[in-house]
Amino acid sequence: MTDSKKDYQKILASVQKPVIGEAGKTGTWSNFKPKIDLKKCIPAKSGKAACFNCWLYCPEAVVTRTIPPEIDLEYCKGCGICMEECPVNAITMEEVKPE
Amino acid sequence: MTQTKVANNEKNIKILTGNHAAAHAYMQARVGVVSAYPITPQSPVVEKISEFINEGKLKAQFLMVESEHSAAAACCAASATGSRVGTATSAHGLMLMYEMLPWAAGTRLPIVINLATRSCGAPWSIWDDHSDFIAARDVGWIQFMCEDNQEIYDTNFQAFKIAEDPRIYVPTIVAYDGYLLSHTLMPVQLENQEDIDAFLPPLKHHINLSDISQVKGVGPVTTPNIIIREEGTAPGYYEFRYALQKALENSIDIIKEVHDEYAAKFGRSYGNGLFKTYKTEDADTIIFAMGSVSAQARTVIEKLRAEGLKIGLVTLRLFRPFPVKYLRDFFKGKKNIVVFDRAIGYGYEGVLCYELKAALYGVQNPPFIKGFIVGLGGRDVKGEHIIQGVHRALELSEKGEITYETEFYGLKLDELDFLD
Repeated sequence: MTDSKKDYQKILASVQKPVIGEAGKTGTWSNFKPKIDLKKCIPAKSGKAACFNCWLYCPEAVVTRTIPPEIDLEYCKGCGICMEECPVNAITMEEVKPE
Repeated sequence: MTQTKVANNEKNIKILTGNHAAAHAYMQARVGVVSAYPITPQSPVVEKISEFINEGKLKAQFLMVESEHSAAAACCAASATGSRVGTATSAHGLMLMYEMLPWAAGTRLPIVINLATRSCGAPWSIWDDHSDFIAARDVGWIQFMCEDNQEIYDTNFQAFKIAEDPRIYVPTIVAYDGYLLSHTLMPVQLENQEDIDAFLPPLKHHINLSDISQVKGVGPVTTPNIIIREEGTAPGYYEFRYALQKALENSIDIIKEVHDEYAAKFGRSYGNGLFKTYKTEDADTIIFAMGSVSAQARTVIEKLRAEGLKIGLVTLRLFRPFPVKYLRDFFKGKKNIVVFDRAIGYGYEGVLCYELKAALYGVQNPPFIKGFIVGLGGRDVKGEHIIQGVHRALELSEKGEITYETEFYGLKLDELDFLD
């Protein structure tokens, strides 16, 4: 047994810092993965920092605000909100085949 | 008294209600944040605090919220920024706060709640008993019950000092009987601010969320198992709760220490800090009670002694953690204990009664213990009830008869015309 006189004084509040992957690789949860068609995507096509609806609406913040936008599939849960919000239908959801 | 080094000689005695004694204590403890919602009979505490803030006597943030649940949640958040935090409530207010109470304890936030005790509905009642106080028992808070307005004032400073002690960090409830103390005027000796400041230095918290460069979440999902990673390990829920229990167990020495320091500095003590004794030295029979019930019992001790009984009184001051070791030492060799409860553990019996029975488990020649219920919902607890209870208990003790049915004093069933 540990020394109950002292060890309890070092265990106070449970605190967390935000870090990537705190809850594990959440990308493995998804059944669908988004794919961006760069021929349709507004910033990719125009070469300008425009639109970025996918970046704005992604609830998991896995889309970058870059030209072209990139999606971190390790943490994408495949919700499809980016597909829904894309004004030019550049994003499609592809089924992930179980291995 | 000549030996006691009293902090100041000039007396600053004010005639205060229990509620206002608590408010003065909060002001002098320099609370940083008060978040509260009004409820009878507590409301004058926070009304007075808001007056102090308005008059510039207290520099504190007063948060007006929409319910007691929000009040308690705001207290938790404010405390987690490193501020000294206090609030006050009663009965259903505490019930609504209840969800936040284990959060405060589990996060080890040294919040102080003043509780003007009141019965819990139904039926609706604003009058005094201890059922709200009892209901806050198993969430990990330290719980004091006071017996007069001076004790309310004094206990508040001790409560902050105990709660904020770096060896424990446990939130604390300071309770006193609704109306009987909360609205009753008594002389209260107020101490100099410098002396209070010297006794109660600013809070040194273990957590400070106000530093936004180090954004942290508090009390996140904490797994059944401990967390083991390359960068280090973190406790699981079980370890946090173990630590809380150990902090409470070890708080008893700290509570005594703080009480003794206060007594030496200000010249007022409350028994050993855990419970108070009255005429117990030669006594073989002891009345055991809390708060108003104890105050009533004190008035009949002389009368009972005139009957030839060797009887004394023990007033429990610290309900949680229950001072088991000290009670066992004290009651060793006593013959009878008569417990008067102003709260029922429904489906069992008076709460103090069964707690004391459990505390005395296994002592040699155990005392005979009999408990009675008195004064629920503000029904007067009279001296005659205490006397009748003592007689009844001694009669049962004589016969060695252990009874299982709860017995009440002060019921008026025979005056109800629809009962035969």
